[in-house]
Amino acid sequence: MVTECKHRSCDSPVSQLLKKTSEMSAMNRKLIQSLAETLSKEVEHFNKTEVECLIREFNVLLGEPTLPVRAAHGLDRGAFRTILHNMFGMTDDMIMDGVFRTFDKDKDGFISMREWIEGLSVFLRGTLDEKIKYCFDVYDLNGDRYISREEIIPMLKNSLIRQPTEEDPDEGLKDLVEITLKKMDQDHDGRISFEDFEKTVREENLLLEAFGTCLPDMTSIEAFNQNVFQKQLEQ
Amino acid sequence: MGVSLTKAVQWTSASSGTGKLEFTPMNESLLKEILRFVEQFNSQHPQEAKHVFEEPLQWSTTLVASDFKTDYDISDSDVQSHEKDSEGHPLLQLSPPNVYARSFSQLSKLIHLADDKKLEEVRACLEGNRDPMVKILGPSLTSVLQKGGAHTEVKEEDQGEDSKVKLFLLLQNMDNQLLNKCLKEISEQVSLNPAAVKNEVELLKRLCSEGEKRVLKSVRYTSDYEFSNGCRAPPWRQVHGEICYLVIEPCDTETLYITRSTAGAFLNGGIKQEQEESGYERTSDTYKDLVTLLTSRSPHFAENINKQDFAVQELPSTQKIQHVESVDAEEQGQPQRSYEQQEKNVHEKARQQHAPNKADGEKKYEPCPRWKNLGLMPPCGKAEEKKPSKSSGGETSGEIQKKKLGPAAKSKMKAEFSVSSLPGRLSSQKIKTSAGAVPVDAFSESSSESEEEEEQPERRAESTTDLPSEYWEIQKVVKFLKGGDQTATVLALCAMMDFNLMQETCQLAIRDLGGLEVLINLLDTDEVKCKIGSLKILRKISHNVQIGRVIVDMGGLQSIVKILDSSVKDLKALAAENIANVARFHRARRTVRQYGGIKKLVKLLEGDVEVARCGALALWSCSKSTKNKEAIRKAGGIPLLGHLLKSPHENMLIPVVGTLQECASEESFRIVIQTEGMIKDLVKNLNSENDELQMHCASAIFKCAEDKQTRDLVRKYKGLKPLVSLLSKEDNKELLAAATGAIWKCSISMENVDELQKYKALETLVHLLTDEPEDVLVNVVGALGEFAQIPANKAIIRKCGGIKSLVNLLTGTNQALLVNVTRAVGACATDMENMAIIDQLDGVRLVWSLLKNPNADVQSSAAWALCPCIENAKDAGEMVRSLVGGFELIVNLLKSTNNEVLASICAAIAKIAKDKENLAILTDHGVVPLLAKLTNKTDDRLRRHLAEAICHFCMWGTNRASFGDAGAVAPLATYLMSNDKAVHQSTAMALYQLSKEPNNCITMHQKGVVKPLIHFMGSDDEMLQEATAGCVRNIRTLCLANRQAQDQ
Repeated sequence: MVTECKHRSCDSPVSQLLKKTSEMSAMNRKLIQSLAETLSKEVEHFNKTEVECLIREFNVLLGEPTLPVRAAHGLDRGAFRTILHNMFGMTDDMIMDGVFRTFDKDKDGFISMREWIEGLSVFLRGTLDEKIKYCFDVYDLNGDRYISREEIIPMLKNSLIRQPTEEDPDEGLKDLVEITLKKMDQDHDGRISFEDFEKTVREENLLLEAFGTCLPDMTSIEAFNQNVFQKQLEQ
Repeated sequence: MGVSLTKAVQWTSASSGTGKLEFTPMNESLLKEILRFVEQFNSQHPQEAKHVFEEPLQWSTTLVASDFKTDYDISDSDVQSHEKDSEGHPLLQLSPPNVYARSFSQLSKLIHLADDKKLEEVRACLEGNRDPMVKILGPSLTSVLQKGGAHTEVKEEDQGEDSKVKLFLLLQNMDNQLLNKCLKEISEQVSLNPAAVKNEVELLKRLCSEGEKRVLKSVRYTSDYEFSNGCRAPPWRQVHGEICYLVIEPCDTETLYITRSTAGAFLNGGIKQEQEESGYERTSDTYKDLVTLLTSRSPHFAENINKQDFAVQELPSTQKIQHVESVDAEEQGQPQRSYEQQEKNVHEKARQQHAPNKADGEKKYEPCPRWKNLGLMPPCGKAEEKKPSKSSGGETSGEIQKKKLGPAAKSKMKAEFSVSSLPGRLSSQKIKTSAGAVPVDAFSESSSESEEEEEQPERRAESTTDLPSEYWEIQKVVKFLKGGDQTATVLALCAMMDFNLMQETCQLAIRDLGGLEVLINLLDTDEVKCKIGSLKILRKISHNVQIGRVIVDMGGLQSIVKILDSSVKDLKALAAENIANVARFHRARRTVRQYGGIKKLVKLLEGDVEVARCGALALWSCSKSTKNKEAIRKAGGIPLLGHLLKSPHENMLIPVVGTLQECASEESFRIVIQTEGMIKDLVKNLNSENDELQMHCASAIFKCAEDKQTRDLVRKYKGLKPLVSLLSKEDNKELLAAATGAIWKCSISMENVDELQKYKALETLVHLLTDEPEDVLVNVVGALGEFAQIPANKAIIRKCGGIKSLVNLLTGTNQALLVNVTRAVGACATDMENMAIIDQLDGVRLVWSLLKNPNADVQSSAAWALCPCIENAKDAGEMVRSLVGGFELIVNLLKSTNNEVLASICAAIAKIAKDKENLAILTDHGVVPLLAKLTNKTDDRLRRHLAEAICHFCMWGTNRASFGDAGAVAPLATYLMSNDKAVHQSTAMALYQLSKEPNNCITMHQKGVVKPLIHFMGSDDEMLQEATAGCVRNIRTLCLANRQAQDQ
């Protein structure tokens, strides 16, 4: 569709602009293909076509770059949270921030195209090992390689329905945190190290997302596959 | 009042020391009766009312000094009556809260003073004075008088005692009135008579059938003699209310010796035979009826009684209503509960009123499965069990009290439990989505009624004081389950997994705290992780059958069946694993089938290996119900199982072969197992290292080898050798039973016997004849019976000492075993040397006495065995005559209704009749008319041996004419039309003998025997030729003689 415009000879300012963008698209397409070529070799779980689809999707999500400077930055926190919410049904702010932080490897506050593809590789198709690392990072709010009591409490705060009758509404929460720590803190140092986390999850896979849903469920993965990979290929 | 007070009135459990009267309508009416008696005493019997008691009646009263008026000295709170005894002691004395009264006039006055509290006063008085007779009249007189010789002995007493005697007579009169009142009330409500007991026993006897539905092994009376009143207990025991004694063999526990009395049923000291002097003492609690007793003694009975669809399942109408209500939603929980409570009380009261004399009326509630399962059952059985019957007597009140402490503690505990589970129920409503759930506390209460846990409440009662620490931790976790989002729920589920879920305390705590309900609710959500977690926990706790029942009751099994459709592998596997655990009782298996679970499980067999394995496990559990076997077959499960049978993994093979083995009880299944070529794989796995797998394979072959082709296949695939080598695993009795069973069935084919003998199977089998359990012995002996069809093997059995072992087994009681033993003995007896040993061991007498066995199979098998014994024994005639009562026994069986028995007896009689002296004796016993009566039977096997017997009996006296007179000739003539050659031969021989009597010839001629006889003359069988020729000749001679006579 876009390529057809290239062959038209128009001189109006509008068509000038169109021509310019289509030239850009043409250039982009080549660029995308070569980028996809390289990235698919570096990132697990996606083939070249899929990477290409992801790049396109990234561009769509990013919107038409008006300023080249902004384009370099990628998705900001707000945009990414909207994506997580709309595409993967996530609601918890704290967890979504954690996911953003985990995707944003260079910690520049934006998710670049590479970060997007690398992140989704684990997010959508990660092995158990990869997912353990990913989840641990999401829950390790301050990035000190430990999940401490202070980090768990806010994450689980909204998990319990408050009993209005209870004297101390947070008592249940404290109990829950203690029970969880008791189970996961394998070396008994009062906090959950990566080793603790990994060992516990290997024993019981259900504990992978122990402190909140940070991975998509089957339905959203399928919806994503459908929308991003298959539809684009059909075009 | 003595008797009625100690026996009829019921005392409740007491804190200790003094008893308390239970608040029952019966007690209430008795109290009123006593009150009226005391009230009127002063006016009606002024003289006796003044009589001073030996000891004051003392009780704690609610009356205070101010209640007393004139005639009393009042000082502060104390009161004394003006009336004093000869020594100046006041006849009434009050020092609050105690009051002492020493005459009826004082009692009478006091009652008047008490006004509206008088009933309470009488109650308190009776509670305070457990034996008022002794206090009033003194111990000596009481005991003298109670012996009944009152009038004569007391006359000698002086005048002063006169009023005392009168008083006694009045009291006794009163007592009689009270007793009559009690009896009237009791008899209005129930009537227990020997007929009712007889029905009950008949009912149980029907449960002894073979096969899957078998609930009991055997039920028999110790005495066959029934007195004219319907009792079987000897008269001197009938006095104690005992009706009969029973010996009941449950399937799973030791034999029970039971006394059935008017008071109920209880275990006795082991009365085995009639006229035993000992063993009458009661060795267990008294149960209201036999079903209740068996339910508490035999878990197998308890489980299977529900499957029986006999008349006992009727529901009284009120309880039906209750059931309907319980299906409704939660809002009704509360009212329903109180209603239930009421019901319970009513039943409790009713029971207390007439604890003795419970009969079939009550029993009707007992095995109603639906009602029971909903947990709404009043604790009939329990209450009865705890309450020793009053009329059986002999118990001191102390004993009663001790026993009563049990239920009191229990009910206290129940209360605690329902309180603790109440908040759980409230909060669980929030996440409750599915309808039809029953409040949790209804179940925690019902637990004590469920028959599996007869022992349960006792154990828990002890632990109420200190609940295990896990209980509180589980409570916390359950709270998170109830009030948490997905994340918290998963955390709680994982925390729950850390408890020792195989431990009963944890399992029951989860149930009691409402955790089970939430776990089941989670199964209906969309959260995969929650479902997985829940199923992982349920899979553990459902090992407990009680939990399994609750899961089914709450509709959890339906949800689990639904999950089988999931696309998530783990979920499918877990769901199937849960079904494997839960489907251990009939109702659960039915539920699986009704919700399409069998089809879904069969489908699992096609997919992932682990999922298929779990599917096979579930099918294995389900296949214990006949209808499920059919459903598995219809769903195409057999070829899939056949495919999995090729798996190299033991953990896959065990459930697969287990299912096949279970299903092979069905003929249709056996055919497919054979046609699908599974015998080969079954044989292959006989060589496995795993005992369990070997056992199931052998068991499957055992069942399938009824079929000849299968037997041949087992040989073809070289399965006989491994089967023989399994015989060495003597420690594993289950395996041994399966292996010997397979060998038995395979040995029905003689080619297999030859093959088996290459591995010296016979020697090993004979070796197994000693010290093995009965289910092994049945198979071993069965196999010997087949092996002994080959002459050489008979000698081997003898040389290995098998004859002696076999003869020893003739004294057993297991009917299946006896059938096989007699068959084997019979087969061995065809060898003269064997026969000599059998004779020497008195084996013939033992076989003969088995004719007394009530089982028709045993009777016929024994009779068949007698034939070769009589034929081959030395001095057989003399030996038979030496058996006391032997002739009567065998002649009597000619009245049997079973054709096989009749055929075998005819055969045996024919053998016996070869001895002239015995023939004469048998004729005297009236055998001829009995045989004549049987001639109209159509069974060929019977006809053959009957004709043979008739043939032999013709050789004595006027028997030929007697047969003719009895009308035996005409039906016998029709035997010639039979298709059975053996019938032709014996019939022709009989006709030949009969034709020696002219009248018989006329009958034969009329019946047109000549034509078929002439036809048989052309037979190859010389015996037949001769007999027919002889017969025709006799008819012809008569004819000629007749013509000559006419000519002259």
